[in-house]
Amino acid sequence: MSTPRTLFDKIWDGHVVDRREDGTCLLYIDRHLVHEVTSPQAFEGLRAAGRKVRRTDATLAVADHNVPTTDRSKGIDDPESALQIQVLSDNCAEFGVELFDMNDVRQGIVHIIGPEQGFTLPGMTIVCGDSHTSTHGAFGALAFGIGTSEVEHVLATQTLIQKPAKNMLVAVDGALGAGVTSKDLILHVIGAIGTAGGTGHVIEYAGEAIRTLSMEGRMTVCNMSIEAGARAGLIAPDETTYAYIKGRPKAPKAGAWEQAAAYWRTLPSDKGAAYDKEVRIAAASIPPTVTWGTSPEDTVAITGRVPDPAAIADEGVRKAKERALAYMGLTAGMKVTDIKIDKVFIGSCTNARIEDMRAAASIAKGRRVAPGVHAMVVPGSGLVKRQAEEEGLDRVFTEAGFDWREPSCSMCLAMNADKLKPGERSASTSNRNFEGRQGPGGRTHLLSPAMAAAAAIRGTLADARELA
Amino acid sequence: MQKFTVLTGVAAPLPMVNVDTDRIIPARFLKTIKRTGLGKSLFNDIRYEPDGKEKPDFVLNQAPYRKAQILIAGENFGCGSSREHAPWALSDFGIRCVIAPSFADIFFNNCFKNGVLPVRLPHAVVNQLMEDAKRGANATFTIDLDKQVIVRPDGQTVAFDVEPFRKHCLLNGLDDIGLTLEKRSSIDSFEGKQRTGQPWLYAGAKA
Repeated sequence: MSTPRTLFDKIWDGHVVDRREDGTCLLYIDRHLVHEVTSPQAFEGLRAAGRKVRRTDATLAVADHNVPTTDRSKGIDDPESALQIQVLSDNCAEFGVELFDMNDVRQGIVHIIGPEQGFTLPGMTIVCGDSHTSTHGAFGALAFGIGTSEVEHVLATQTLIQKPAKNMLVAVDGALGAGVTSKDLILHVIGAIGTAGGTGHVIEYAGEAIRTLSMEGRMTVCNMSIEAGARAGLIAPDETTYAYIKGRPKAPKAGAWEQAAAYWRTLPSDKGAAYDKEVRIAAASIPPTVTWGTSPEDTVAITGRVPDPAAIADEGVRKAKERALAYMGLTAGMKVTDIKIDKVFIGSCTNARIEDMRAAASIAKGRRVAPGVHAMVVPGSGLVKRQAEEEGLDRVFTEAGFDWREPSCSMCLAMNADKLKPGERSASTSNRNFEGRQGPGGRTHLLSPAMAAAAAIRGTLADARELA
Repeated sequence: MQKFTVLTGVAAPLPMVNVDTDRIIPARFLKTIKRTGLGKSLFNDIRYEPDGKEKPDFVLNQAPYRKAQILIAGENFGCGSSREHAPWALSDFGIRCVIAPSFADIFFNNCFKNGVLPVRLPHAVVNQLMEDAKRGANATFTIDLDKQVIVRPDGQTVAFDVEPFRKHCLLNGLDDIGLTLEKRSSIDSFEGKQRTGQPWLYAGAKA
């Protein structure tokens, strides 16, 4: 009998083109997503060496980071942003790569459009010059972020030079409490294992709480694997996965579908497969969670208080947490729900799918954004926006005083015009609360779409369960 | 790629944990279509005041460290975004080697593609090197990649590990793509087999 293998082992083994003596492998890459920020230098490298894109059919490009969230028919004011988007367009035309441009309804955040189009499928290897490529692992695909040199390498060779990661299992047993979401789950996991907890590993998420999540929820979980230090997150494909994929534009059609699905069913980890590291968490112990500091591991229950770093033994860590507290303008021991906010951002590759829009709208419905708070909702793609509008969610938001905008990465990383001013504080459904991430001097609290909407209504961080 | 053989230079101490790539180079500086010119924005938000004046307490603004070629930092250096602009900015500033107890995976990998050597050493050893580095102009280290040793300012040596293949590429300044293209026939045969076994992966490909 062969050794039981994990989902990761199976995908890895199925993509090794060549193996060196020291274990370094040449790994075949099935799909490559490209965006405007991390690709110009890669295309330039190809051009300089006279190389082509090996598989244009396996490559899909979209502009997302620099795209404005306002009416884009007028173009982009920032000349550098405009140039980067123009260069992507020129490169795609020159090398024959399919591009969803800014005026295409399918345009959106790269990690939203891949799954939406059926470009992302179980068992694949998927890369993108973006760390949140881990999102696609929700489909049981091995998906990870790469640098620009590797983007060029994949464009030219459809392979990457890699060493296998270690296997880590994060099992979330039992059912989540009422009003506790996938975002709370992943923030809690990061808080528990730390931002380097998954370094060198691929995290496979399992357990009842994961199995009962929708695909949108699973994508939120896998998206933030990188915030736990893991390049990739994985969830075994199941009926929920297949139901999501079926009928999408780039998904296998009838005939091919049955063959593909038969293969996908062989992917889940074998019984008895070994993991290098295992973490088990009881779902019932996970509260609605927010971050208080400047690292995604700085988590606290919405019902809790800002922690006191003085108790931390390690000097380096203590200093970092003291610095975070000062940067965030908070006092140890204060109630989390006493933290006043200036801006709300509902969007990003973590939380800008239709289910996220619905969750935020259900809290916003019939209420008003608190005076002095600016709350923006940025759907993850043109198709998410269209669906939300068909469901009337845009009116729910605008009637409540939210700003309903066009798809982009937007204030997650503040490369376009959407940003915090120095000292401003946001409740944000994005993935990083680093110093200056949403604008120099800006202060970010990460939370779920429902909690972000609740914060907008209350004007402070708030427990969405009280508004449900 | 620029070769890395033996490097002798001043080491700057940056005793911070979880230095993320947004801190190394904030997103607003990524609107470039070039690899060069990012050194002036390295560590921008902790290096400069909002009006552009240098912050005198930041290590790279202090005389001996303005020409640092080595950086010594805390745990989990380079976490966050995959932006290769982070090693580009370090390299453009003149830093060719980063020493820390641990690194984030993508940053670690990106360094090797750009002639920058990341060295992982135990916490206690990094703390000793951090103390050495605080000696300013006297904090000159020599990093010998071939021998895999760091020579401290007082002449003591510290050995370090590096994967053989990465070492080979860095010592010789090898272009990964060129190496991979030598395996072209293996890639062709992999694709041939995959196309037969999993044809749905090639639905959009030319026949």
